[in-house]
Amino acid sequence: MLYRETGQFKTTYQSDSAIFPILQDRIGLAVILAVAFIAIPATRNDFIINAVMTPFLIFALASIGLNILTGYTGLLSLGTGAFMGVGAYACYKLTTIFPQVNILVWVVASGFFSAAVGVLFGLPSLRIKGFYLAIATLAAQFFLEWCFIRVPWLYNYNVSGAIEVPQRELFGIIVTGPRATSETRYYIVLTLVVVLTWLASNLVHGRIGRMWMAVRDMDLAAELMGIRLLPTKLLAFAVSSFYCGVAGALMVFLWYGGAEASVFGINQSFTILFMVIIGGLGSMIGSFMGAALIFILPILLRFVPESLGLPLQSATVEQLSFMIVGAMIIVILIVEPAGLARLWQITKQKLRVWPFPY
Amino acid sequence: MRAPGGPDARIGDVLLSVENVSLSFGGVKAISDVSLDIRKGEIRAIIGPNGAGKTSMLNVINGFYTPQRGRITFRGQTRSKMRPHEAAEGGIARTFQNVALFRGMSALDNIMAGRTLKMHKNLFWQLLRWGPAMAEEVAHRREVEEIIDFLKIQDIRRVPVGRLPYGLQKRVELGRALAMEPDLLLLDEPMAGMNLEEKEDMSRYILDANEHFGTTIALIEHDMGVVMDLSDRVVVLDHGIKIADGTPAEVKNDQAVIDAYLGVAH
Repeated sequence: MLYRETGQFKTTYQSDSAIFPILQDRIGLAVILAVAFIAIPATRNDFIINAVMTPFLIFALASIGLNILTGYTGLLSLGTGAFMGVGAYACYKLTTIFPQVNILVWVVASGFFSAAVGVLFGLPSLRIKGFYLAIATLAAQFFLEWCFIRVPWLYNYNVSGAIEVPQRELFGIIVTGPRATSETRYYIVLTLVVVLTWLASNLVHGRIGRMWMAVRDMDLAAELMGIRLLPTKLLAFAVSSFYCGVAGALMVFLWYGGAEASVFGINQSFTILFMVIIGGLGSMIGSFMGAALIFILPILLRFVPESLGLPLQSATVEQLSFMIVGAMIIVILIVEPAGLARLWQITKQKLRVWPFPY
Repeated sequence: MRAPGGPDARIGDVLLSVENVSLSFGGVKAISDVSLDIRKGEIRAIIGPNGAGKTSMLNVINGFYTPQRGRITFRGQTRSKMRPHEAAEGGIARTFQNVALFRGMSALDNIMAGRTLKMHKNLFWQLLRWGPAMAEEVAHRREVEEIIDFLKIQDIRRVPVGRLPYGLQKRVELGRALAMEPDLLLLDEPMAGMNLEEKEDMSRYILDANEHFGTTIALIEHDMGVVMDLSDRVVVLDHGIKIADGTPAEVKNDQAVIDAYLGVAH
């Protein structure tokens, strides 16, 4: 009833192959964008903007990156954290060497460094698949993490061994460093994430996306149709690592404000992988849903006892929220192994015919 | 139904010929010293009992297997082995004995994927999905819709193929192969596991593809009625050896073929 495409006729193939062919979807998207761009900054709540939304968007971007590789192309990777690290360290070095260049240029450029490293570690993917490829990417994870610790040049020989984000301005507004406002950083992250999501969504709906999915679903048939496996897989590694690298640079420059190598450890790789699996492999919206579930839900749960007036210590609340999120993950994976994106699709299908069962 | 024997106006020169090909896996001889040719425009059947080397022969033709000996001549170019992408670029398409569709993709996307080789807009335009990339997408969509109409699968366009029944999956797979606009279409048991009605439909699609698009077809099939009715020439393999080659009528009465299928009294 509410969500019905009846009467929305497509008269051209162009409108029929639109990414959001249904009017209600386009309205929903517009509402979400309006909330993100207007309502959330209007709250002027530093906690929501800086501790919830900014990191959520960054995690969503990294999830999209991994989803391109694992969800769309079927190549399992455990090196996401390291590829994010490459982006962060590349951005740090670039802005150190060329401080006068616009920092956003370097954030995007650092993605290309990450892409190059991703391609290098993606080379074995022609020969090895599945869990074995995951182990090969694990090698990338450990090797790169080792570099972040053992190559002092990467962190400008800081005694602390960490990178500290310098202050950078954009058109006279401070965007990085401790003096940048949360709103400014949020707007930059939001804009970049929206643009990059739009580009990724375009990519996976076109020829290249079909090539990736063909390789994922049946590489033999794909090869016999003239899809060359190595370039296709390497392109997936490049695009995926690009997204992860930009996410890593954003994470350090616009959220943490500084970072050590441990931020880009194996834990980070697993966190992103869980987001992708729970959100839905091979789904853009799933990347956002997974990031929301894993990152935002524990934060929200922490406020539940307080709002109910339960006198619990914060450490207890923390433990409890971990347990609840863990249990929810298991429940979701039992109910729908294909992830939240699939649940969302089923809900939409139900809404189409509501109030009738079918 | 075809007139048995005699040259046909549809049939032209030799499109592909395989000469003295031998293929073995370790000690197992899959194909020994087999030669056969496929003429432009014909429907060529490859038959034989199980394990005769029929699928191996298709795999040699489109480059998935490398034969130890022999030569493959395609469009006048002779080589000792075909590479999969060379075969695809040269216009050889293929369906599989066990359906090899892209299960997570819709029927439409599967057939669109068949046109990958014909689409050329680069990463930049693909990222924007606008201008030339969109124009290309729409142009190929139009072609794909014709195939969808031809195979009468309009209603399942948007359905992920993993959820389709077997008969329809076979049809989508034929659509994906036809989307490549192949000169030579290799069909590996297109009618396996189908009921009579589905077999008749599939036969009609094969004949129509051959007649309307001029596609040369090489097919493996176990249903002798279908083979005898559809094909112009039949080659019979047994234990990797060619035992007969000729028109359906000739092959049907060949003593070696009868022995291979029915056994010999000792």
